[in-house]
Amino acid sequence: MSSQLMDRQPQPSEAPLPPAKAVRKAFSSPFSSLLVVVLTVLWTIPTLGLLVTSVRPKQDVADSGWWTFFTHPDATLANYHTVLFEGGFGVSGGLMPYLVNSLAISVPATVFPLVIAAMAAYALAWVPFRGSDTLFFLIFALQVVPLQMTLIPLLQLFSGGAHVGGATIVPALNLSGTYAPVWLAHTMFALPLATFLLHNFISQLPRDLMEAAVVDGASHFKIFRSIVLPLCTPALASFAIFQFLWVWNDLLVALTFAGGTPEVAPMTVRLAQLSGSFGGHWELLTAGAFLSMIVPLLVFFALQRYFVRGLLSGSVKG
Amino acid sequence: MLLTGATQLAGSGSAGALLADSGWNDVAVKLGNSVGAIAGFLGVLLVVFFAAGRATGRFGRPLAIGIFLGPALLLLLVGLVVPLVRTVFLSFYSDDSKRFLGGKNYSWALTTDSVHQVLLNTLLWLVVAPFLATGLGLLLALWVDRMRGQTVYKSLIFMPMAISLVGASIIWKFVYDARDSAQNQIGLLSQTVIWLGWKHPPNWILSHPLNNFLLMAVMIWVQTGFAMVVLSAAIKAIPDEVTEAARLDGAGGLRLFWYVTVPMIRTTLVVVLTTVMIVTLKAFDIVRTMTGGNFGTQVLANEMYSQSFVQFNVGRGSALAVILFLAVLPLVGYNIVQLRKERATR
Repeated sequence: MSSQLMDRQPQPSEAPLPPAKAVRKAFSSPFSSLLVVVLTVLWTIPTLGLLVTSVRPKQDVADSGWWTFFTHPDATLANYHTVLFEGGFGVSGGLMPYLVNSLAISVPATVFPLVIAAMAAYALAWVPFRGSDTLFFLIFALQVVPLQMTLIPLLQLFSGGAHVGGATIVPALNLSGTYAPVWLAHTMFALPLATFLLHNFISQLPRDLMEAAVVDGASHFKIFRSIVLPLCTPALASFAIFQFLWVWNDLLVALTFAGGTPEVAPMTVRLAQLSGSFGGHWELLTAGAFLSMIVPLLVFFALQRYFVRGLLSGSVKG
Repeated sequence: MLLTGATQLAGSGSAGALLADSGWNDVAVKLGNSVGAIAGFLGVLLVVFFAAGRATGRFGRPLAIGIFLGPALLLLLVGLVVPLVRTVFLSFYSDDSKRFLGGKNYSWALTTDSVHQVLLNTLLWLVVAPFLATGLGLLLALWVDRMRGQTVYKSLIFMPMAISLVGASIIWKFVYDARDSAQNQIGLLSQTVIWLGWKHPPNWILSHPLNNFLLMAVMIWVQTGFAMVVLSAAIKAIPDEVTEAARLDGAGGLRLFWYVTVPMIRTTLVVVLTTVMIVTLKAFDIVRTMTGGNFGTQVLANEMYSQSFVQFNVGRGSALAVILFLAVLPLVGYNIVQLRKERATR
C-alpha cells in the first residue's frame, strides 16, 4: 500500500474517474446522500462543541450547555489567556511552556530521523555490498516491534547506563530535564519506517544520472548532497509531515522519557494530567485542548494531500 | 531555572510584566536549544562529509558505507534490537530483575482476575472498533464519491485523524459529561437523551460495561476517516472493464457490490482492518485520558504502562509487553507481506 501511495502523483484532486462510477451509481440514492450528510454532521459536532466552549465565559460554561451559545452568544478569549499564561486549574503556571516544549521536541525529532534514514537508504540502494539486501530487509522487519517492547530497557539505559557483568559499557547519562532522551527515542522509533519509505524512493532514481556523477568523479557524499537530497524532496516532505504530526500528537514516548515537568513535557502529557485531575474546569480544558490541536489542524488543512500520503504510508508505525 | 521562576511569579500573581519577560526568555532558551541541536547535528555531518569526501582509493568505499549506514544501525541496535531482547529477558525475572522466576509473570498475567478483565476488554476493543470503523469507512467511500462537494465531507470526516488521541479523548469526555438531573446538563449526550425523553440518564463514564463502548467510539471516530480515504482510493482503482462486464451480465446494486467491488478491494479491506487493529491494540492514550483505566475500562496497553512506570513492576510490565508484541506480530506480519507482494507485482 505504502509504496504505491508514495509513487502516485498527487492527482488533481478528486477529478471524477469513470471506473467505479457504475458501482457507485448502483449504490446511490437520496437516502445514502442524506446519511453521508448526517454522519458528517455527527463527526463534526464534538469538535465544534469543544471550540465553542473554549470561547464562552466561565460562568456560562458551568451553567448551561454549549449549544445555548447560539441563542445567547457571548464570546471571550479570556480562557485562552488564563490557560496559556496563568494556569487557573488550581495550579500555578500556564500551558505556554508545554506548548513550546511540543515545538522544541517535534522539530528536531523530525529532522534527525529524516537525515539519518535518507543516508542509510542511499547506502542500501546505491552502494551495494555483501549482505546489503539482507540488512535492508532486517531494518524493514523491525517495524513489527511495538514501542511498548522497548520502553523499559531504553529508560533504564538513559538513566542508569549499560553494564555487562560489572563492566560499564555506557555510563549513566545525566539527561533528565533535557529534551535529548525524547529526541533520541523518537529518532530510533522512526528509523525502520523512514528508511523503508525513502529507500523505495531513492532506489527509483535514474541510474544514468548516478553513473554520470560517478564518472565525473563525484564522491558518494557529493552525490548524496547535490543529487539525491534535491530529487527526493517530495518523499522527504511527505515523511516529514507524517513524522512531525506523529511526534506532536504522541503521548507514550513523551510520558515515558520526558516526565511531567514544565521543563520538557509537551502539551499531550500536560493535557492528559489535567483531564484526570481537573476535569471540572471545562472552559479551560477545552481551550487547552484546542491550543494543542491548532498546529496539526493547520498542517492538515494546508497540506492535506501530502498529509494523506504520509499518513497512509506510515499507517503501520508505532 | 528561568521557568520555575516564572511559575512562582505566576502563582503570586503580582508581577505580570516580569512574568512575561522571563516567560519569553524561557521560550527563547528552549527553541534555541532545539535549533542549536539541529544546527550542531547538520554541522557535524557536513564536516564529516567534507573530510571523508577527500578519502580516496581502497578505503573510500567502506568508509562511505560506514558513515552513511553507521548512525542508523547504531541507533536501531541500541533503540530497538537490544531493548527487544532485554524486555523478553526481563519478563522472566522478578521486578527488581535479580531473581529468575521462569514463567511466573506470564501465569500471573493469564490467571489473575483483574488482568482477565483487562485481556477481555482488549479483545472487545479489537473486535468492535476496527470492524465498525472499517465498515463505516467502506460505506462512506461508496456513498461520498458521487456527491457534490465531496471534498468537504471527506475532509471533515478525515479531520479527527490529525488530532492527538489525547485531544480526541478530551473532546469526547466533554460529550459524555454527566450531571445531577436537577442541574442543566452540559454534556451533549446527556442532553440529547433528555430531549428524547430519558429523564435520568446515567453517569456515562461510570456505567460498566457501557463505558467500554463509549471509549471505543473515540477510536471509531478517529479511524473511520482513515478507512474511508484508503478504501475510496482502492474503489477508484478498479478497472472500468470489470464493472462494465459485470453490469452487462446483469449484476447491479447489492450484487455488484458483493460479487465485484468487495472481491476487487479485498486486499485493501484486510490491510485497513489489520492496520486499525494494530492501532487499537497499541493505543493507551484514550483509556489513560478518559478513565485512567478505572471503572472496568482498563486495556492491555495501558495496564502495561501502569505496571511498568507507575507501580514499577518491571517483570510484570515486561511480560505484558511481550504479550502485546505477540498479539501484534501476526497482524503486522500480514501487512508487511502484503506490502512486499504489492511491490513485487508492480
